[in-house]
Amino acid sequence: MTDTAAPPDAVSVDKVIIRFAGDSGDGMQLTGDRFTSASALFGNDLATLPEYPAEIRAPAGSLAGVSAFQVQVSDHDIMTPGDAPDVLVAMNPAALKSDLHMLVPGGTLIVNADAFDERNLVKAGYETNPLDGSDLDGYMLITAPMTSLTKEVCKDLGVKPRDAERSKNFFALGLVSWMYSRPTEPTMEWIDTKFAGRDLIIAANKAAYRAGHAFGETAEIGHQRVVVPAAPQQPGTYTNINGNTALAWGLVAAGELSGLPVFLGSYPITPATDILHELSKHKSFGVTTFQAEDEIAAVGSALGASYGGYLGVTTTSGPGVALKSETISLAVSLELPLVIVDIQRGGPSTGLPTKTEAADLLMAMYGRHGEAPLPVVAACTPADCFDVAIEAARIALTYHTPVILLSDGYLANGSEPWRLPEVDSLAPIPVEFATEFNHTNADGEPEYWPFLRDENLVRPLAPPGTPGLMHRIGGIEKQDGSGNVSYDTENHGHMVAVRAERISQIEVPDVEVIGHPEADVLVVGWGSTWGAITGGVRRVVNAGHKVAQVHLTHLNPFPKNLGEVLARHKTVLVPEMNLGQLAKMIRAEYLVDAQAIGKVTGQPFTAGEIEQVTLGALDD
Amino acid sequence: MTDALNVATTDVGEAPETSRSDWQSDQEVRWCPGCGDYSVLTAIQLLLPELGVRRENTVFISGIGCAARFPYYMDTYGVHTIHGRSPAFATGLAMARPDLDIWVIGGDGDMLSIGGNHLIHALRRNINLNILLINNQIYGLTKGQYSPTSETGKVTKSSPMGATPRPFNPVSVALGAEASFVARTHDMDRKHMQETFRRAYLHDGAAFVEVYQNCNVFNDGAFGAITKKDARDDMLIDLIHGEPIRFGTEGERGVARREGGVQIVDLADVGEDAILVHDELLTDPSTAFSLSRLAEGPHTPTPIGVFRACKRDEYGRAVADQIANVTASRGKGDLSALLRSLPTWEV
Repeated sequence: MTDTAAPPDAVSVDKVIIRFAGDSGDGMQLTGDRFTSASALFGNDLATLPEYPAEIRAPAGSLAGVSAFQVQVSDHDIMTPGDAPDVLVAMNPAALKSDLHMLVPGGTLIVNADAFDERNLVKAGYETNPLDGSDLDGYMLITAPMTSLTKEVCKDLGVKPRDAERSKNFFALGLVSWMYSRPTEPTMEWIDTKFAGRDLIIAANKAAYRAGHAFGETAEIGHQRVVVPAAPQQPGTYTNINGNTALAWGLVAAGELSGLPVFLGSYPITPATDILHELSKHKSFGVTTFQAEDEIAAVGSALGASYGGYLGVTTTSGPGVALKSETISLAVSLELPLVIVDIQRGGPSTGLPTKTEAADLLMAMYGRHGEAPLPVVAACTPADCFDVAIEAARIALTYHTPVILLSDGYLANGSEPWRLPEVDSLAPIPVEFATEFNHTNADGEPEYWPFLRDENLVRPLAPPGTPGLMHRIGGIEKQDGSGNVSYDTENHGHMVAVRAERISQIEVPDVEVIGHPEADVLVVGWGSTWGAITGGVRRVVNAGHKVAQVHLTHLNPFPKNLGEVLARHKTVLVPEMNLGQLAKMIRAEYLVDAQAIGKVTGQPFTAGEIEQVTLGALDD
Repeated sequence: MTDALNVATTDVGEAPETSRSDWQSDQEVRWCPGCGDYSVLTAIQLLLPELGVRRENTVFISGIGCAARFPYYMDTYGVHTIHGRSPAFATGLAMARPDLDIWVIGGDGDMLSIGGNHLIHALRRNINLNILLINNQIYGLTKGQYSPTSETGKVTKSSPMGATPRPFNPVSVALGAEASFVARTHDMDRKHMQETFRRAYLHDGAAFVEVYQNCNVFNDGAFGAITKKDARDDMLIDLIHGEPIRFGTEGERGVARREGGVQIVDLADVGEDAILVHDELLTDPSTAFSLSRLAEGPHTPTPIGVFRACKRDEYGRAVADQIANVTASRGKGDLSALLRSLPTWEV
């Protein structure tokens, strides 16, 4: 922790939600990310929501080009990036137009006045300049000529005005950092590292940050300086982590824990690509990354590597899973370990590539030809992606099956402080390959039967190169035991049943009921809704109501106690970022009248929304 | 590299001697009687003992189609995957396990239609695979539809008025993808097959071999005009590295350069010195490509043998070298250090 002493004049608040919005070329993601990192180092709890357009460069100044980053920082344990921002930083008219409605009444509005020229106003659809009229009277408006002040401080540095303009996001960062008493040093150090070798850019960014900071200090902006004190946290070493990085590290860890080299076959797709980027850096762990010619080759190569004795992994988003489905079925038939990671996004088709959704659950469960069951797990927070990646690999390597891991765009890009685990505390994943014959034929000769199962119905694996155990496997139905091609209809019925049974009996931990175990209302969640559900349920409980909550990491098979838990509650609510896919599974499996609470607007649930539906259910 | 997977690093010394029967699995071979695939299988099973390789280090990977049943008949490791995807599966296996000899076998529909993308990218990358494309110019397993190598006008069940598209020339496709080894052979000449497969095995990188194969049920005699014993001298142009490209019973015809390519000439017209000397080592694929365009189809004089065998970096080794170099310079990865590689703070 650095620089935690609050300035003496600052008022203390328990939390603040800040939204940085601007043109996609304005560097809002970077600004938000820096504010977040400084807050993390300060010791706050936090949660973030980066939102950016699908276009790499939408027309400058347009509504389509608005890029935003919302972060909630608090002095206590929080689950979400917050319902409505207390502070909106609008770098141009388009950002103001698109995001003003989110700001709480009376909230702080910081605008770059220089950007409110005729051209930008027209592009954003304003007939008159909103800074001039009375439209913004309900907010605490702080206007700063960020562009011109930035150019001014950069002039003496020898930075060209055009280049200087690019640093205006650091002005905004400096101003907001002053207002919220964020430490300066981590950002200065970061600028030095990030732009190493480009001295003029370093100088410009630092000057802009300091100018913003000074603007807060000297201009009479009418805003009280605020501090959000550090949150009480369990002792330990923390880092600020996003979901895709955590997931990539979880895969590296799974390789270390199993003693198998990791092979990633992947094809670039938003919002999963960062996992490919991250794993490509970690060759010193023996990680092989393969950017395949397409999604099908990505999973095909991963399965080939798994057959060769590696931990085969493929990472993608919904459209990619659709393309991979035939190979995933092959993996089901071959009974080979494989981890398929689906970072869900808005669909169908190209849908909303940069927005979040969780509507691939039924595809993960059933989106294959034939009876092709496989385990499905889902991460619930950015840091949880680390644990769930290890869990997916554990199931794949223990039960010799493909496993689908579901994350989503919100977890992938969102970040939170993560108390780092001690590596020694992570459970090893034992892997044992066959090295000896396991059967005797009619002539009394020893042989190897690739489908001779153990008590968990798991077949042995003998990677090529194992002397004596040469055998053939394939997608054609095989005789249980010998593995020879079999068109026998009875055997096929048996194999279908065995493949179903061996997945259904995989050991997964029981669900834990949070809240009141006998409450009338139970809220069931999966995936990234965890934060909003936990936050919303907590508010309802704090208001004196009885509510229970369970969260599912394992979606197939379900935890063994789930049926009994569901039966204890009169009303079962299932909020999910789809039209009711888990609700459908629960209704089918347990004959429980689970009520789907869907949200498919490309945005995660807020705790407030969950609070409202829960209170509504209590009234019924 | 790893504790659990130690088969790749076991030093087991020289391979034991084997015979043809060692490579035959106990499964009944179930191609139609008279199918050209039998002779391909025989050629492979006769070749492997000569190569002095280990059965456990040999893997056959296939997709879907008649030829794709191949792995079941080999007493080696083998995977019968799905339609078109064998090069993808094999690429992952080859990258993971450079110690293995991997053969990829499939037909013209499997590798040039549904799996065309994987084939060209495997060739482009130059991953260490021996790829045998068994071309019979027809879909056999689905009982007779035109394939991407069927001639224009071909009458099949799915083209009763004649197929309208132009066919692929597989050797041209492979050369277009800049494959480092490209060859053609045919199922009527076991010795030629065996020698061509041997060359493919010895090649470092992706080796592509087109095998003209007769489907005696759905496309009988597709290559008869050039592969029948009495036609071969006049219709097959044997490419031999370092030798003038000549054919005909008396060697009376040959291949010579023309503007923009090559052409078939009579020696009597141009003289011996005008005949092109075959050079399979050329890094520029243009001449090899021109040779692949000499025949309009398997009914005019057609080159067989090795079109191109040049040296290029093998992909799997290049990837493995990066891993080894990074590990050597940075040391083996430390998970605890990785988790602490972003800014951290203590509470």
